[in-house]
Amino acid sequence: MTAYERLRAETTERDRSLREKVMSLDEAARLVQPGAHVALGGCMMSRTPMAMLWALVRAGRRDLTFSRSIVSSDGDIIFASGLGRKIITSWFSQGIVWGVSRVMRHWVETGRAEFEEWSHMSMGLRFRAGAMGIPFMPIRSMMGSDVHSRVSAQTHPMTCPFTGEPLVLVPALTPDVALIHVQRCDPYGNAQLDGLQFMDIDLPMAAKRVIVTTERIVSNERIRRTPDQTKFPFFTVDAVVEVPYGCAPHECYGQYEPFFKHMDMFAEMTRQDPERGSQEYLERFFHEPPSWNHALERMGLQDLLTATRGGRSIHDA
Amino acid sequence: MMPERSCTAGTYTTAELLAVMASRALSDGLIVFAGVGTPLLAATLAQRLHAPGLTILFEGGVIGPFIVPGELPPSTNEQRCTRHANMVCPITDVLLLLQRGYVDVGFLGGAQIDRYGNLNSSFIGDPDHPKTRLPGTGGGNDIASLSHVMVVMKHEKRRFVEQVEFITSPGYLRGGTTRRDAGLLAGGPQLIITDLAELGFHPETKRMQIQALHPGVSIEHVQANTGFVLDIAGDVRVTDKPSERELHVLRQLDPDRLYIA
Repeated sequence: MTAYERLRAETTERDRSLREKVMSLDEAARLVQPGAHVALGGCMMSRTPMAMLWALVRAGRRDLTFSRSIVSSDGDIIFASGLGRKIITSWFSQGIVWGVSRVMRHWVETGRAEFEEWSHMSMGLRFRAGAMGIPFMPIRSMMGSDVHSRVSAQTHPMTCPFTGEPLVLVPALTPDVALIHVQRCDPYGNAQLDGLQFMDIDLPMAAKRVIVTTERIVSNERIRRTPDQTKFPFFTVDAVVEVPYGCAPHECYGQYEPFFKHMDMFAEMTRQDPERGSQEYLERFFHEPPSWNHALERMGLQDLLTATRGGRSIHDA
Repeated sequence: MMPERSCTAGTYTTAELLAVMASRALSDGLIVFAGVGTPLLAATLAQRLHAPGLTILFEGGVIGPFIVPGELPPSTNEQRCTRHANMVCPITDVLLLLQRGYVDVGFLGGAQIDRYGNLNSSFIGDPDHPKTRLPGTGGGNDIASLSHVMVVMKHEKRRFVEQVEFITSPGYLRGGTTRRDAGLLAGGPQLIITDLAELGFHPETKRMQIQALHPGVSIEHVQANTGFVLDIAGDVRVTDKPSERELHVLRQLDPDRLYIA
């Protein structure tokens, strides 16, 4: 049986009916199996499924493999908590205004975790190939670089059979689970996202399971009034979890900007001693608060309101 | 800091000089794929000064934005990047505009560059046991592989090296026709703007050469801050120092001095 035949069989077996899938963060966390490859929606500090990561850390998941277009402090948390030992991405640091992430550096430079680097377009076309149900995509970048030579065991050079032009084939990414945060979604998984889409239209199609966290659960009637805004089919989705401020301290377009002071604090806490600093951070914001709302409470009302004011200002113009 | 850089003393920072010089290189009507930091700032500055019809593309999936002063985005992937944009689209599709050939200038910041314009933003030291793991390519590799590239960076010996340890974003590889031979049929580095000079590449050898000097900077000074012997173009210009107006508009864009400090 080929990988494609296996994928087809698994897809056929899934319940793809229009059914309710609303559950809690804890219940959704159980859908992520040990050893899974987990793709994260959003990009950098935007629409990061932070609450879902929070739930996975608390559920004691370890040594998962992650993939994402660009990774910010979410990657630091994945490494520091042991949730993941490998991240496949194009760029990994909290953000250039904070310098190079000390946590990422510490875990990678000591060989305790792996950051596998692909060009951003390669990441995108790898997810797209997965979404299209094909095993690879030809691209015209990467060639001649060391980014390519470091992953060339996974790629294939090709001369185009039609034009004779040189290409490189990058393999499809077919994550076991995709975690995606959106602004609104109905109980069936009809997810509507505003603003920047990143790779989140391909991700659900590429993945074998999809967990959607959403700022609000809306009615199916609401969705049916604007079906053009629905970005991926409900039958790709396995779980819908309502989590207001589910990206905090990252941003959610039109809702809240990054919690900049909190991000400053994270950088400061991890600058001197990335190991101890990140463990303290995890204690305070991941392990001690008994619920995600309590974690938000620790982040603080002032930061939350400042971020909200900034987020909503997008609607002013 | 380099003591001889008297041209900047007291009046503007290195980051401001870089942003102004880079903005001048962006003429009206171009489509510019801009990275975060100085490229973002310089492209926005150009729009406000002399190129209102400059189209900026951001990697986060933004086509033709007009950034709001005082609300510079922390990367090219947050909602601040979308202000007054013509379109938002998936990341993969904005990057595919590079491959399709719609982009005039790919505009990057650089951590380390070599004689042939290859850029390293991935590793310092052996990649298997790195002394420093840097953030990596992002879209840098795609931009450098598929478009004509402009790079803006500080001119220091440790940043201008004979040969980068790791090619994150390809320039002319080993010079001559090696870029094309590797399969990269389009693009290539065009202009390197530093706080000392502007550099280009010889059309045949693809070796880096000095094209212009900033006011008060000598060829010897540029050479002393470069880790390999630079070629010198036939006609080396001297640039005009940043004007009051350029600096005024720039500082209005970044009142918190996020990028220009």
